[in-house]
Amino acid sequence: MTATETRSGSAARGRGRGAAGPEPVAPAAGAAPRRRRLKGHWAGWAFAAPVVIYLLVFYAYPLVRNLELSFRDYTVRSFIDGTAPFAGFDNYIAVLSDATFAPALLNTTLFTLVSIVFQYSLGLALAVFFFRRFPLSGTLRALFLVPWLLPLLVSASTWSWMLNSDSGVVNSFLEAFGIGQVNWLTSPQFSLISVIVANIWIGIPFNLVILYSGLQSIPEEVYEAASIDGANGWQKFWRITFPLLRPVSAITVLLGLVYTLKVFDIIWIMTKGGPGSSSTTFAIWSYRLGFGSALPDLSPAAAVGNLLIVIALVFGFIYIRAQRRLDPS
Amino acid sequence: MTTTRRRWFDTVIGLVLTGIMLFPIYWMINVSLTKSGAMRQDPPSLFPFDPTFEGYEAVLSQQLPFLGTSFVIGIGTVVLTVVLSAPAAYALAKLRMPGGGALSFVLLVAQMIPGIIMAMGFYAIYLNLGILNSIPGLILADSTLAVPFGVLIFTAFMSGIPNELLNAAKIDGAGNWRTFRSIVLPVSRNSIVTVSLFAFLWSWSDFLFASTLDGGGSLQPITMGIYRYIGNNNQEWNAIMATAVVASIPAAVLLVVAQRYVAAGVTAGAVKD
Repeated sequence: MTATETRSGSAARGRGRGAAGPEPVAPAAGAAPRRRRLKGHWAGWAFAAPVVIYLLVFYAYPLVRNLELSFRDYTVRSFIDGTAPFAGFDNYIAVLSDATFAPALLNTTLFTLVSIVFQYSLGLALAVFFFRRFPLSGTLRALFLVPWLLPLLVSASTWSWMLNSDSGVVNSFLEAFGIGQVNWLTSPQFSLISVIVANIWIGIPFNLVILYSGLQSIPEEVYEAASIDGANGWQKFWRITFPLLRPVSAITVLLGLVYTLKVFDIIWIMTKGGPGSSSTTFAIWSYRLGFGSALPDLSPAAAVGNLLIVIALVFGFIYIRAQRRLDPS
Repeated sequence: MTTTRRRWFDTVIGLVLTGIMLFPIYWMINVSLTKSGAMRQDPPSLFPFDPTFEGYEAVLSQQLPFLGTSFVIGIGTVVLTVVLSAPAAYALAKLRMPGGGALSFVLLVAQMIPGIIMAMGFYAIYLNLGILNSIPGLILADSTLAVPFGVLIFTAFMSGIPNELLNAAKIDGAGNWRTFRSIVLPVSRNSIVTVSLFAFLWSWSDFLFASTLDGGGSLQPITMGIYRYIGNNNQEWNAIMATAVVASIPAAVLLVVAQRYVAAGVTAGAVKD
């Protein structure tokens, strides 16, 4: 994707908002339009300079530092005496052949896909439901946002207590139906399911809000025409709502993918990735290597992190492409 | 008549669904009011019939420094985010310099970098600089959660400001800086509110940077307060949940005071139409 393409995309977006109007004409600049424009360029970059410097220092540099960590052999001592031998791809090879790699890959995939499927379908069902605009629908829809706004640590601790084996409300509810004690967080069969359930709960509001705004952009006339043709609610959903919502759906799902790959707090608080590595994802694995013990193993941790970033960016670029296509450019 | 009834029937379903969705939050409040002795009771009491405030007393006596630290870090992040992102957005939306598209693209990608990677990079840098376990260090790290988002929101908003308004200022002899300060900023008040709210909330909620960059500091944010609680005294769940309730207050305030900004922020971050 070239810079000019991006630029024309954002210009089209500006027009799409019906606000930008014609290009700014400097009224008094008839004599030297070029110099004027050049001055505008300088002013533009002057205003953007703080963010550019910021991006270089606080995004680019940590990323470079992270790459360096992964290609060298860093120990705590390296930070004191400043020596870290170059290790090439050794850290990556060590990570790929580690016993945790296969389960971490599987868990990351399962965690992400199952979360997305449920967040999206429940979010869409709720968006369609709230779109019926019944009394109180606005207030209730706003209340649905609460789980998304809470600090993740708060939600995660609440879920861990609810899922506690002995005293959790979930198990006592199941007991009422004659289901015996389930070790949600401490058994390898259930730990991943538990963190997925909590993550779905947190992700529903986000999907609901975006899909709801997508529903608002479907013209009312289409539904009226379908009603005249005798379509029922089910047909209207599958023939009108779902197809017309497809661009918004694509964006919701892709953004969900990027966000879900990053999830750390929930899993760390609820299970710490355990028992064993039964709920360890790449983000958890990286953290555990780097900060989980008294002696940080930063180099392999950085290698795992860089694998994660590659996956995230692949979906990220697909997302950006999808978003561009959504814009009429 | 029948449609009215159907509409109210929808409301009932809506209430039930909201109840299910918010049950964990209700449970958090319920547990925070439960006596320590009744914590392991089976089945647990569904209502705090016999409420106790011992959990909240523990918050008052032990967690105030953490809350204060979080507040300071939150305000610092808000200021840094707005100061950095508003001028950049003005440049992208109105000055339209060449290469601006590339800058927006970089900002979009920056939002997708997993936090754990940023944390690792910051850790290595802070270790060398000796600013681990410090509040300014944490403010800087937390601002990376909000700056790209801030620029995107401000840009979306500022491209909606009519050019006539800016040109009128130019005719009156105002330079770019003057125009930005006296016209663009006041007109963008709503978007400043949106960006500030989210920047505050995200830095308030941050745990990853806090635990990696401020794991051993004397001043730690509230998320670390809860985390330490969970690690130290597994039995005092009323105190843990009371802290959780208190830590949720900014989110609640935000929802009540600025509901429309929240929805706007969520959608603007994802779909810019």
